[in-house]
This record gives sequence, C-alpha cells and structure tokens, in this order.
Amino acid sequence: MNFLFAAFFLFGLGALLAVIPGRTGARAATLLGSASGILGCLCGLIAAGQRLLGGGAEAFFMPWSMPGGAFSLRLDELSAFFLLPLFIVGLAGALYGAEYMKDLGKTKKATGPQPELNESQSNNRCNRGFLRFQQYMKGSKERRRPGLHWTWYNLLILSMTLVVTAANGLLFLFAWECMSLTSFFLVISEYDLAEAVEAGWTYLLATHLGAAFLFAFFLSAQALSGSLEFASFQALGQLSLPAASALFLLLLIGFGSKAGIFPFHVWLPDAHPAAPSHVSALMSGVMVKTAIYGLLRLYSFLPTGPAWWGGLLMGIGIIGALFGIAMAALQRDVKRSLAYSTVENIGLILLALGFWMQSRAAGHHVAAAFALAGGLIHLLNHALFKSLLFMGAGSLMHGSGSRDLNRMGGLMRRMPVTGLLIVCGGLAISALPPFNGLIGEWFIYRALLESGTALSGLAGFFPLVLIGLLALVGGMVLIVMTRIIGIALAGEPRSPEAAKAHEAGWPMGSAMAALALLCLGGGLMPALLLQVAGRAATMLDPGAATMLADTAFAPWWLGLMAVLLLGCILAAYGFLRWRQGGDPVPAAATWGCGFAFPTSRMSYTAESYTELPQSAMFCSCMNPSTEDGRTIGFFPEAKCFSFEAPDPVLERVFRPFFRWAADVCSGFRGLQAGQLHVYLLYIFSATILLLFWVGQR
Amino acid sequence: MDNYNPANLLLLLVILFNFFLLGSSRLGACIRTVAIQGGILSLLPLFLHGFSGHSLILAGGAFLLKGLAIPFLLLRAIRQVQIKREMEPLIGYVPTLLLGTLATAGAFIFSDRLPLIEVHHGSLFIPVGLATLATGFLMLITRRKAITQALGYLIFENGVFIFGMLLAEAMPLMVEAGVLLDLLVAVFVMGIVMHQINREFSSMNIGQLSSLRE
Repeated sequence: MNFLFAAFFLFGLGALLAVIPGRTGARAATLLGSASGILGCLCGLIAAGQRLLGGGAEAFFMPWSMPGGAFSLRLDELSAFFLLPLFIVGLAGALYGAEYMKDLGKTKKATGPQPELNESQSNNRCNRGFLRFQQYMKGSKERRRPGLHWTWYNLLILSMTLVVTAANGLLFLFAWECMSLTSFFLVISEYDLAEAVEAGWTYLLATHLGAAFLFAFFLSAQALSGSLEFASFQALGQLSLPAASALFLLLLIGFGSKAGIFPFHVWLPDAHPAAPSHVSALMSGVMVKTAIYGLLRLYSFLPTGPAWWGGLLMGIGIIGALFGIAMAALQRDVKRSLAYSTVENIGLILLALGFWMQSRAAGHHVAAAFALAGGLIHLLNHALFKSLLFMGAGSLMHGSGSRDLNRMGGLMRRMPVTGLLIVCGGLAISALPPFNGLIGEWFIYRALLESGTALSGLAGFFPLVLIGLLALVGGMVLIVMTRIIGIALAGEPRSPEAAKAHEAGWPMGSAMAALALLCLGGGLMPALLLQVAGRAATMLDPGAATMLADTAFAPWWLGLMAVLLLGCILAAYGFLRWRQGGDPVPAAATWGCGFAFPTSRMSYTAESYTELPQSAMFCSCMNPSTEDGRTIGFFPEAKCFSFEAPDPVLERVFRPFFRWAADVCSGFRGLQAGQLHVYLLYIFSATILLLFWVGQR
Repeated sequence: MDNYNPANLLLLLVILFNFFLLGSSRLGACIRTVAIQGGILSLLPLFLHGFSGHSLILAGGAFLLKGLAIPFLLLRAIRQVQIKREMEPLIGYVPTLLLGTLATAGAFIFSDRLPLIEVHHGSLFIPVGLATLATGFLMLITRRKAITQALGYLIFENGVFIFGMLLAEAMPLMVEAGVLLDLLVAVFVMGIVMHQINREFSSMNIGQLSSLRE
C-alpha cells in the first residue's frame, strides 16, 4: 500500500509540476512530467507485484465529507492484475512520449514545405484524405504545450489507478469521471483540428451516457444494500433473478460503452487515433480494460446468474470481434485500423468471460476455468501488444509524417528498428508463436473444445461453431496485420515524405523494445502468465483458481515450442546472412510489371489489398463508400478513385437517432429566452406549483 | 392572541404598501415606500418578542439598514444615473396589481392549510410573508429597469424577514445578521451592476443583457 501511495503522490506531483514551466520551458515540462510518470509507474509496479506474489488483500479507509462517500481503497489480486498492464504501459508511454511530444513540431519543419494542392484538386474528393493529413501537419506546428499534456497524462494514470483500487461506489464514480475527462482532454490535444475535436465530443457523449447507467447501478445498489461501500455490496448476492439481471444489464451497458463492446464502440475508432500515440496506447491497451475490471468486480457481487448472462456476453463478443476486424481491414489510417482491432480484441475477451459465466452457471468447471484464464491472459497480452503496435504506428507517423498507409511504404529499410518491433507486435496480435498472443487464444480455444466435446447435441454444437468463427477472426487479423506491414513497411516509398523518413530515437525505440520483449517473454513462459491469471481468478472464481494453480494445466510445451521456433528463426536468419556474405543485394524495381518507368503508384494500395475479403465475405452493410474510377477506352482521361469506410453503426444507427433527438429537443430551445424576467418567471411558477403541491398533501 | 393585534395592524400596512409598490411608476416614491415598509418591519420584533436585548438589536439593525441606509444608497443611485420616474413594465400596472391580489389571496388560503403550531394559528405573519415574497417576485418579473430589480430583491428580502420573525427566538443572532448582510451585499452588487450596465450599454434596461445569451 505504501508504494501505491507513493505512486499517487508522484503522479499528482508530476501533474502539478508539469504546468509550472509554462509555454517557454517545454523541455523542462516534458522532463518533469515524464520523469514523475516513470517513477510513479515503477512504485506502482512494486505495489502490484507484491500483491500478485504474496496474495491477499490490503485495505485503506479514510472518511470523506461527501455524503455516502469514503476514501476507501482495496488492493487485492484482481486489482493488482489490472494494475500490472496499467503501470507497464504507463511507464513505456511516459518514456515514449518524452521524445514523441518534444519532436512533434520539429520534425515537421525538417520535411520542408508541403506540396500545395491547387483549387481544382482540393475540391476533388480523392484528395480530401491527403488534405486532411496536410492540415494535420500544419496544425502540429502551432500546438506546443507539452506541460498541459503531461498534466493530463499523469492525472489519467492516477485516476485509472484509483478506479482499479477504489472500494467505495462514490470514489469509484469520481475516479471514473476523472478518467473520462482527462482522457477527453488528451484526445483533443490537437484541438486545432476539427476532426480531433469532433472525435473528442463523440467520446465525451458516449462516455457520459455510459456513466449514466453506472450511476443508475450504484444508486440502486446503494438502495438495496444500504451503503456505497463495496464491502456491503455482498448483500446484493441475495437478490432475486429479475433484479439481479436488471443490475447486470446496467453494468453491461455502462461499462460496455467504455470498453467499446459492439454497438457502443462508435466513439473508439475516432477517439483513439486522434490522441497522441502513447496516449492511444494507454487508452486502447489499458483504459478500455478498466471497464472490464469494473464489470468483473461488480459482477462478483451479484449472485451467480443464469446461463443467458454469459450467452449474451458471448454473442456480443463474437459479433464485435467479427465486426471489428472486418472494419479494421477497411481503414487506410493505421491508427484507426488498430483501434478497430481493439474492438475485435475486446470482443474476444468478452467472449471468453461470457463463456466462463455460462459454463460456470451450467456446471462445467473445467471449461469455465479455461475460459476465465483465456480471457484474463488475453486481456493482459492485448494491453502489451496493442500498445506496442500503437507506439509503432506513432513512430511510423513521426518518421514519415502521415497516418495514411497509402503515403507510407518502404519504411522497413528507413526505420529498421521500428519495423522489426511492429512485425513482432503483428506476430503477437495474430496469435503466432513465439509471442504471447497465442497463449490467451489457446486457452479460449481449449475451453470451447472442452465443452464442445463434452456436451452432446445442440449444446455442444455452439462452442464448435464459435471455434470456427474464432478461426475466421484469427485469419482476418492476419490479413489486417500483413496489410499494415506489407503496405507501410515493405515495397517502395509512396510519398516524398516517406522516402525521407527517419528512425525513432532511443526513448521511443526502447519503450517499444521493452514492450516487445515482454510480449516475447509471455510467449516463452506461458506458465507464468497462467499463474498471474490464476491469482486474479481467486476472487472471481475460487474453484477455477485452484484448478489453474494445478501445474498439470500449464501449457509448458507451448513455451518449449516457442523456444524451438525462435531458435529456428534465428538459425535461419544466421544461415541466410552467412550465405549472403558481404555481397550487396541488387536493387530492382518492385512491382515493375513490365513497365519501363514503374512508380510506386502502380503498387497495391491498402484498399486493393483487402478487396478480396471485402467483396467475398463482408455483408453489404459494411461496404465502404467508393467513388468509381473506372476508365473507358484506349486513351482515358485522368481519373481518380476514392474510398472511405465510415462506421456503419455510427452512420446508420447513432447519427440518425441523435439527429432525430436533436430535432425533437430543439422545440425546447424557445424556453431559453435569454431574458432574466422569463427565468425568474420560471422560478416563480415552479415555486407556486410546489407550494400548491405541498398544500394539497 | 391579543399581543398580535398591533403586529397584525402593521402587517396589513405592509400588504397595502405591497400593492402600492406594484402599482406605482415613480421610482423615488417606490424607494421611499420600501423604506417605510422596512421601518415598519423593524418594529415587528419589538411587538412580537417584547423589549429584550435581542429584539432591540434586531429592530435597530433592521431600521438602520432597511429604513435608512439602503434607501439612501438607492436614492443616490437614481440621482447619479438621472432616471426619475419612467418605468416600462413588461406587464402593465393594472394586470400586475391583479396578479398581486391573486397571489395575496393564494398566500392566505395556502397558509390556512399549513400544519402550524398553536401559537401561530390566526397570525398574519405567514400569509403576509408569502404575499410579500410573491410581490417581490412579481416586481422582479415585470419590471425592466435595473433599479426596480433591486427594489424587487429588497421586497423579497422583506418577505424573508417577516418569516424570520417567527423564528427569531429559535434562530441564533448570527442567522438574522446573515439575512441583513445578504441584503447589503445584494444592494452593493446591484449598484455595481447598474453602473456597469449604464457604462457598457448606455442604458439601464436589463433587457439589453439578453444579447449575452449564448
């Protein structure tokens, strides 16, 4: 607990110190902000590590003058399990951000003047994407307030720590709202861009609507149990089924909107890319997981529900996974693609947790234990490799000046370290050995197989269908990752800026390398991951935890296989280098296709890479809007082709709904007359009505 | 019951002054009326609670502030900003008077239905307090000039003061002092606001403030 308080203190101190230097001392602000973030995360890691190694729980209580609230903290294994990725990613992000924020303005100047588009071109829809990026680069020269950025960054980590350790409903909501607000300010840190601000508002709206459901949950929990302390929520265990189900649905919607589960994910693909890359990593890797934490923590107070709770989660999870990964394949913005991949991974985690709940309710304890372990391990892994990938994407953006895949290309040669680390992250997220992504998914598959083979009839059929769908998701992940790697890293530069790309410096490189090493370590030592997940499971499902602690379940051979594979890869690499000797590799045009003067514009674009799955597999509601560039005749005039893939749920469900709601509500605008007299009249009439109401009784 | 009679007489006077305030257009007369109303109110504690130190202090303080200091400040303000009489009410004087009558009647009916303690049954304190509150409110709603707004707040405070009388025994001196202090602050703020409005918009109409909407 002492280390946790030290971490709180350091984050708070960093948040305060970072604003002191102001506009002039950007360097000092960055140093103070990132150093205190790093130190705070180290302290926090010690605190979380002690809990995970030693087990048990620590509590702290201090009265608070808020009615119903108390400053009551509790650090147990489940909290420590969620603190682990938070502090790891927070630490890497603070290190990464120290360079990323400092150089953001500088590198843009070094690339020289941007090619200006003339009027006729800029009206063209095809160039809109490019213009947007150009605007992005221009904007980046203006904003230079790293101090404020570091304040929000430190406060975000502080509030997330508080969310995970709070043991009082009011404190939890307070920390939850702080988390939403600080991350909102980080999302709009490029506030001179209309796009970023719009993403920020969408995010704020979504997160507040979700928080309304959480308020409803806590208010009813207080009414039912008599207090807002988590300790007294044990009384919720005696609820009747309909009441408990209503509470569970409140939790699912409230936390789901933050976690980005399927119909409520609409803010996520806009907000995560808009933030600076290390913040995207923190939001995508950790912040969405705090919602999973909340769901698990508060679910543990409810009575063990019926099987349909788990079934609902599984349904949402698998739809979200399929939808997320399909949308990820359609995005030309790297970070947007990664953000959709987060929707997919949250879907997988939800699927595993739902399967745990369902199997537990049905009494299949082995499958339940595997599913819980799979969900928790995948959650931890996703935090690591998704932040690695976001930081890698940020590094590509930092080097080549664009988030657009079609303006990258050939970056592997120019940024070898970043390129290698992105490939590592890509292997991990595609669940390929020797990285950690495999372990979590292996447990999920194992759980589904376990129950698919043990059950008979229709009950056994569903898990097997899910296995097929999971495999489909896995294949799509591979497409998405090879697309990012192939289009951005391989081939020839597709823009002059990409040709002049520069490698990231040591802070960014080492932050990414540390995450990649952790990914590799997880893949090589699956038993360790299982043990950590088993610790976290003690509070949720003691039966499963004891089962997981049994070493017979440890997939040690997965680790052995990973070691062997890694050895083979290294040996093959060494052999190739040895055979190649010192000979230079002859350079020839890629994608020459028999043309005399091939250019990189002839190569596959990000869109054409996914044309096959898009036309063969996706349902039509997901189809991107394209502007046809079909050419006719032998000497066609200049044509262009454009491609946009907006979120179908946002465009077809939420936007029309909110437009309708705005239309309805605009009738009430007349009430806001702007005249003091009218407002006083409202107060007067309200008072009179209240008096009458009192008089009637 | 007997010791209420002089107090009830004073309270009826207060109601008459309320009607006068709702129906009059001359600012100077309005301010003086509010001053007289305040002076009458300052006698109430003496009639209600006898000549104790507490009630003397209350009466003295109320008389000084409500009867002398604030009217003096307001009179000086209208002299400075050169507005003598013209008021352009949003709702005419006669309709306002009618509304005031309705509100007063409603206050009497309502206070009959309140579960009061035995001593306060039949006293005029509650209905007159409510009626004065409503008068202040009506003044605030219907009048345009910032100075009549200040008067509206003053009448409102008078209503609160009448209520406070019933509780003067139970309430500590601090709360009473708080009420008076509140009033003083309100007048100061309004004075500052008025001067600001005068300077910025070259008008004393608070209607101009609506340009600040959004």
